[in-house]
Amino acid sequence: MSRLADCFQALQESGRKALIPFITAGDPFPEFTVPMLHEMVKAGADVIELGVPFSDPMADGPVIQRASERALEHQVGLRKVLSMVAEFRKTDQKTPLVLMGYLNPIEIMGYQEFANAIQRVDVDGVLTVDLPPEEAHDCVALLKERDIDQIFLLAPNSDAERVKKMDAAGSGYLYYVSLKGVTGAGHLDTDDVEEKLAMIKQNTCLPVGVGFGVKNAETAKTLSKIADGVVVGSALISKIEANLNDPQQAKQEIIELLSSMRQAMDESN
Amino acid sequence: MTDKYDMPDENGHFGPYGGIFVAETLMPAITELNDAYQKYLKDPEFIAELDADLQHYVGRPSPLYHAQRWSKELGGAQIYLKREDLNHTGAHKVNNTIGQALLAKRMGKPRIIAETGAGQHGVATATVAARLGLECVVYMGAVDVARQALNVYRMKLLGATVVPVESGSKTLKDALNEALRDWVTNIDDTFYIIGTVAGPRPYPAMVRDFQAIIGREAKQQCLDMTGKLPDALVACVGGGSNAIGLFHPFIDDAEVKMYGVEAAGDGVETGRHSAPLCAGRPGVLHGNRTYLMADDDGEIIETHSISAGLDYPGVGPEHAWLKDIGRAEYVNITDEEALQGFHALTRMEGIIPALESSHAMAYAMKLAPTMDKDQIIIVNLSGRGDKDMHTMAQREGIQI
Repeated sequence: MSRLADCFQALQESGRKALIPFITAGDPFPEFTVPMLHEMVKAGADVIELGVPFSDPMADGPVIQRASERALEHQVGLRKVLSMVAEFRKTDQKTPLVLMGYLNPIEIMGYQEFANAIQRVDVDGVLTVDLPPEEAHDCVALLKERDIDQIFLLAPNSDAERVKKMDAAGSGYLYYVSLKGVTGAGHLDTDDVEEKLAMIKQNTCLPVGVGFGVKNAETAKTLSKIADGVVVGSALISKIEANLNDPQQAKQEIIELLSSMRQAMDESN
Repeated sequence: MTDKYDMPDENGHFGPYGGIFVAETLMPAITELNDAYQKYLKDPEFIAELDADLQHYVGRPSPLYHAQRWSKELGGAQIYLKREDLNHTGAHKVNNTIGQALLAKRMGKPRIIAETGAGQHGVATATVAARLGLECVVYMGAVDVARQALNVYRMKLLGATVVPVESGSKTLKDALNEALRDWVTNIDDTFYIIGTVAGPRPYPAMVRDFQAIIGREAKQQCLDMTGKLPDALVACVGGGSNAIGLFHPFIDDAEVKMYGVEAAGDGVETGRHSAPLCAGRPGVLHGNRTYLMADDDGEIIETHSISAGLDYPGVGPEHAWLKDIGRAEYVNITDEEALQGFHALTRMEGIIPALESSHAMAYAMKLAPTMDKDQIIIVNLSGRGDKDMHTMAQREGIQI
């Protein structure tokens, strides 16, 4: 069983929900990332989504776009991200880590080499924004051989048939994008999400994480009542962006936000 | 080739290229669009309306013009120009925007968005949106907004909102990113009119089908005027819509050579260019797999060209396929050579070409002298040069 499956099973047994923070690797500078990942685990993260910087992040709002730009100024590409994962794994062999990004870096590296490389550094899952199941067969097959999960996105306009397709193609968990838009946009409508999740859960046995528009502990708490996991990204990166001259302060604010989310989520269950 | 060419397959694949590489929120919209396109492509009423618009509004058919003086001066093949510059709005782009806007109307989408580089596609989109009373938002890189100010003003006059895009390299690719972000946010009421033969299925084939009127007309006109097919076709390639429009009806005519001309900028060897087919590698961007300009980490490399319309790091997937199967040859022309083509056509024939089309002119100048006097080259004069007066004057230190 994969580390992700173990993690969600353990959470379910203890009646808790997954807190899944996202940061972009190399933002605001390469040395910031690995210590931050460890701090996020300490603050209560169950799964980590680590963003691979891309020059053309089409599905991301301005906050994550700028995070990618800052990382790319330091030449942090896929290979450098993999070395960060290796570094992280030296002291943490327990927390599932998912790479999130766009397909082109994987295409250019080659699927086979990519699959080998992420197995070597012990990545648990891959979430590729612009790779729908229609085009994912080759990549999924290589990951499956290595017990690595391919995580697919679901959108507010995905119907039951679509959910079944994701359920068949994906593993680990499904990531429900709570609103029509880019990352960091607006506020999500929790009633709407609840209704949608009921339909999704009828069509998959995989855990479902919810992201896009999760900004504070209150939203995390509400979502943790209806979803298996809560993803928070832009809200964390905003802390980095607000403290570019004081990375210690950024780190502190990220820890505080995550801790408050963890606490709120655990209270609700 | 013995089999009739019938790319792409139902999933939009041209061999390994093309496809549907988009975020999940776009999937239902792309499926809806594909269904509508497949339906109306065969709908006689739709075709009749499109044909009538192309005739009465765009001014088709565009002439095929024998550039006799220029051909004589070059001393080789006879050059015929397909005069897409004479279309309403001054370029081939309107052939496609008319078609997609008619689809938008039938699909009940009140809001149109588009990306633009040189501004020709933006103007062509704003034009049809004005005519059909649709809301129109055009995304344009901030660098292009500055170098194509005239077209920005035209779009505003036509009632469009022009949004300068400040992210990334601030050119065409970033405009496309931003248009995709808009679409994913306003998916229910918005139709995205992509201006070139790139993007997810069905765009590459749909835009091609709307542009293929260029090649269908040129073929008939050439037969009528000369009694035979041309020996070679030449067209510039950015995303590649004017080139595929000219090439496609000739693909099964194996004796007709096809040359797609990419922008070499300062020269392909300098790395400062926009020539993915000549010097790039396969990857995935903007919804399709194709040749791209990307570094070893898969990050997209900044492109360079004097012409905003060719300043794009990808290319339509069908061109990638035609390259791999050897049906078309892809060459490149530097900024300097393009300027020579620009001046040559202007002075020899009294036709001022767009800087994009000037790349095709410059390659024709190289190709014609290597061919016999009784051979024929059709060059796609995809747009007129009025929009480039500012760039040209600035290059020559003239204030206008």
